[in-house]
Amino acid sequence: MDIHEYQAKELLARHGVHVPRGGLAYSPEQATYRAREIGGGKWVLKAQVHSGARGKAGGIKLCANDEEISNAAEAMLGRKLVTQQTGPRGKLISRLYLEEAVDIAQELYVGFVLDRKEERVMIVASAAGGMEIEDIVEKASDSIIRTTVDPGVGMQRFQAREIAFGLGLDQNLIGKATETIFSCYQVFRDYDASMLEINPLVVTRDGNLVALDAKMSFDENALFRRPEISELRDKSQEDPRETFASDRGLSYVGLDGNIGCIINGAGLAMATMDMIKIAGGEPANFLDIGGGASPERVAKSFRAVLGDKNVETILVNIFAGINRCDWVAEGVVKAMREVGVNVPLVVRLAGTKVEEGRRILADSGEKVIVADTLAEAAEKAVAAWRAATKKKAA
Amino acid sequence: MAILLNRSTRVIVQGFTGKIGSFHAEDMKRYGTKLVGGVTPGKGGQTHLGLPIFNTVKGAVRETRAEASIVFVPPPFAADSIMEAADAGIKLCVCITDGIPSQDMMQVKRYMLRYRFEDRMRLIGPNCAGVITPGQALMGIMPGNIYLPGRVGIVGRSGTLGYEAASQMKALGIGVSTSVGIGGDPINGSSFKDMLKLFEQDDDTDAVVMIGEIGGPQEAEAAIWARNNMRKPLIAYIAGLSAPKGRRMGHAGAIISAFGESAQEKVEILKEAGVVIVPTPSSFGEVVADTLARTKKAA
Repeated sequence: MDIHEYQAKELLARHGVHVPRGGLAYSPEQATYRAREIGGGKWVLKAQVHSGARGKAGGIKLCANDEEISNAAEAMLGRKLVTQQTGPRGKLISRLYLEEAVDIAQELYVGFVLDRKEERVMIVASAAGGMEIEDIVEKASDSIIRTTVDPGVGMQRFQAREIAFGLGLDQNLIGKATETIFSCYQVFRDYDASMLEINPLVVTRDGNLVALDAKMSFDENALFRRPEISELRDKSQEDPRETFASDRGLSYVGLDGNIGCIINGAGLAMATMDMIKIAGGEPANFLDIGGGASPERVAKSFRAVLGDKNVETILVNIFAGINRCDWVAEGVVKAMREVGVNVPLVVRLAGTKVEEGRRILADSGEKVIVADTLAEAAEKAVAAWRAATKKKAA
Repeated sequence: MAILLNRSTRVIVQGFTGKIGSFHAEDMKRYGTKLVGGVTPGKGGQTHLGLPIFNTVKGAVRETRAEASIVFVPPPFAADSIMEAADAGIKLCVCITDGIPSQDMMQVKRYMLRYRFEDRMRLIGPNCAGVITPGQALMGIMPGNIYLPGRVGIVGRSGTLGYEAASQMKALGIGVSTSVGIGGDPINGSSFKDMLKLFEQDDDTDAVVMIGEIGGPQEAEAAIWARNNMRKPLIAYIAGLSAPKGRRMGHAGAIISAFGESAQEKVEILKEAGVVIVPTPSSFGEVVADTLARTKKAA
């Protein structure tokens, strides 16, 4: 789960990391009012969306007076910001964050990730901050410092100090940098983060160390014990198709194709999407109905998939282990009758209670294209989709 | 004996009396698994499904000489249960639980380092389908009837995609020595490489099918190990050809976040290491059959 920059900064500031003075605004009036609260003569207005690379997309503006703040705020609010990371749909700007402008002497990079190879928290730091980490890896890989933390004892101060010295900082900044890095680690650990990135961490002209930007993501499996983090969720930043599905306990990822997928198991779901692609189609979504799915759950999956207006065909592929094909078939019939499925539907059932499942589909009298194997299912789905789009065009 | 598990392995269930634990305990018993008891703290001394319940894993090990444990404990308490098993001298622990926090798994892996390698418990999972040695024993949630006993090992992250592979093989008369689900989490007990090592040494296995997916370094690591150390044919499929970067595809670990983690890149790395590639998820059966035929001819 991602949170906004201002939320991450609040968390970090509470644990002793220095951030610029700033305030949240939902309207141009609030933004100009914030400027007076903060004081000074230069401010930065930042669109709060769950994405990096906001600057290039017009989501960050330097302002010198009320009029500039007000105009920038008006231009941003209610608009969808399309960055390199959001995809073409972009993300809605409904919150702005106004900050005092900071005089930058040097930009650094500090990131915390869960390293899957080491199976530990890894700190990545570089004196070449201000550009994306991918670019740092490409253009200044020698500048990168990597350190892992022993989960048994947690991060030690010497590790933070080594990084501070490794960044080549001035003697009088070493103490501040050590504390900043150490505090970030504690926030990461105490809130079950999966990613924390401060880019840039800046050395100011007056000799301070300030987190100018902050990005954080959290381990969704740990949210049960972090209610204060769950509260920071902003559904307006999510794909509405995904919010609908996740509110109903379904694992769904929206994509850009036309063939909707309803599958059990993440691996089989990915493989079925691959098979659709190989057969010449494009999947509209990833959807895992999970284990022990009831007919109601299957019907809900249809609602989630059909919520995407681009869906022109649906493929159901179930290899039942702890699922039951008869329940799935009942769910399919229920969906046909209650949800209204007005696109071609291909169903492949295998595993537990497959005979019963097939009989339920056959006896229902509903129009279902049945397939026996994965390959057949994908081919039939793509063929049905082609026929349907041809009919539409004619 | 195939790997990890056979008909004489003595198994207990942690989270024995819960709904899910009970359901699968019965299923495993029916399949032929030597189930000797279970653990539910507070219910020690009672019986469930005709088997004794213990308060602690140590108690269960003392009374039943259990060597293996399967964990159905809910996510907030699962890491604790795994560590309890490790400390009680369990040799093989299969954790089915989906949703364990990553930091808990880091703790588990760190905790297990306190035991000498020879004494250290082998952990399979979490968030996995478990282990089956067809015709002998089941420690997991897979439908037993789709596996034919035989001589090909399977190791995969996903449960249902493993079923798909096993059933395609069965349709061609190809059986399985042991099938292992290592799970879909970013931090797991055993890696692909760990399982390849066991299959390579196993007299009952002739070839291995590896079913990987996007995210993480484990498939590449396994391929490099196989190139340098494996004599048996390794056949692999990587799921997620159509998965976009940076999006989590169901499994907590199925996300492309670094170079080399996409399906295309992984397939390239595997190819370079001489691994036989299954090009589509509907060709597991034929590719395994071809590979076995070619190996036989060469021998």
